Amino acid sequence: MNPFAPIGRSTMTLLAHIGRLSMFTGTALAAIVAPPIYWRLIGQQIMRIGYYSLPVVGLTAFFTGGALALQIYLGGNRYGAEAIVPQIVVLGITRELGPVIAGLMVAGRVAAAIAAEIGTMKVTEQIDALTTLATNPIKYLVVPRLIAAVLCMPVLVGIADSIGVFGGYVVATQSLGFSGGIYLKNTVDFATQQDIVSGLIKAAAFGFIIALMGCYNGFNSKGGAQGVGNATTAAVVSSSILILAANYLLTTLLFSK
Amino acid sequence: MTPKIQLIGVKKRFGSKVVLDGVDLTVEPRTSLVIIGGSGTGKSVMLKSILGIIRPDEGTILIDGEDITHINGAARDKVMKKFGMLFQGGALFDSLPVWENVAFGLIQGRGMKRSQARDIAMQKLAKVGLTADVGDLFPVELSGGMQKRVGLARAIAADPEIIFFDEPTTGLDPIMADVINDLIASTVKDVGATALSITHDMASARKISDRIAMLYGGKIIWQGPTAAIDNSGNPYVDQFIHGKAEGPIKMAVKA
Repeated sequence: MNPFAPIGRSTMTLLAHIGRLSMFTGTALAAIVAPPIYWRLIGQQIMRIGYYSLPVVGLTAFFTGGALALQIYLGGNRYGAEAIVPQIVVLGITRELGPVIAGLMVAGRVAAAIAAEIGTMKVTEQIDALTTLATNPIKYLVVPRLIAAVLCMPVLVGIADSIGVFGGYVVATQSLGFSGGIYLKNTVDFATQQDIVSGLIKAAAFGFIIALMGCYNGFNSKGGAQGVGNATTAAVVSSSILILAANYLLTTLLFSK
Repeated sequence: MTPKIQLIGVKKRFGSKVVLDGVDLTVEPRTSLVIIGGSGTGKSVMLKSILGIIRPDEGTILIDGEDITHINGAARDKVMKKFGMLFQGGALFDSLPVWENVAFGLIQGRGMKRSQARDIAMQKLAKVGLTADVGDLFPVELSGGMQKRVGLARAIAADPEIIFFDEPTTGLDPIMADVINDLIASTVKDVGATALSITHDMASARKISDRIAMLYGGKIIWQGPTAAIDNSGNPYVDQFIHGKAEGPIKMAVKA
């Protein structure tokens, strides 16, 4: 057996995937600007992607902020720098952890749901049915989800930032002996507009990734229940990896001096 | 007279498997043609090629004399407005109530007001023998036979010129299958549409067709008026319509 065959095969598969995904993305972007715009569907998706993600995003942000405060206190303590807690918490949450944690949670919740729904529509011929009813499936299914996710994610991350900082505040004031007023003053004085805006830009990019990977994997699901299951898994895994990779890339771009 | 649907030398392969190997087919306006053929002979691929869901590798597809093989976007949407289709599994949108399923092509495809589209949907539901209260149910709450009726109502909602039926009686009991066959035959006549159906149910094929064609080995191997099917003189057709295991058609037991 040729030892290079499996390497070649998987390289070809990867290239085919990249090609298909690029074409899918191009078609979807072209469909965003073409009329008609389905306002009703965009509204529905904002509820499903944004509003219903609030509890999970809020809870994870709260505990992340709390753990962060505790770690910075313990780490800073080694150098007698434990007073730095509020500054590092707000920096860490707004620049990195807020967008990334929210992105990963929404990827788990929303990318999976989108892939499962569209995948089921695919295997039950509902997507073909859209075509026969003179409705473009990309326009009807993909565009509203993309728009809703890109709009919702910055809002979710803004809320995650506030709750994350609040989590740090609760731990710092309740168990680390910080004074509430000073903690808040240090937080507000230290955070810059760039810290927050950079996180919100990341959030919009993550929203795009989540909706795109959910839709792409749903549209490309094959077979029956198992195919839909595979599409759901692929959507969550690929969007999570892409979010972390994009996060690194965006950090480099946004903070390079 | 220009044929309503015309396929010239349509070929399609998936990987190394040739599914359509030069299909030539003509459907005249206001006739009902049924394509028969075994499972996996490419009947569905042929329908989906005409609808543009699958792109053929070679050949030409004409609708009303217009070449639609390679059109996209708005031009494709415009041609699609001539079509209605009843899917094998119904393919009803499970997130929408029944009336909105029926009205879908009117609201989304043609931009009709919801209230007006709802009235038309209710008329179409009545036409397939369903009462108005069914309109507010969701597809999962319906039996298989009712789902087929809703699918039929959706297919005829926008008064299409061409209706496709993909295995319309699959999964129904014999009596319900006959009811659906009657409905198909009468609605196609009512609407004055051209119908193209695929099935392997001979009772259904005889009932809803003016003409029958048989697809085998990726080609149309026989076609003629429905009445002539029993005297086709074609051993493949004879074997198929009598459902015999012995004959020129060898079933591939292993895929």
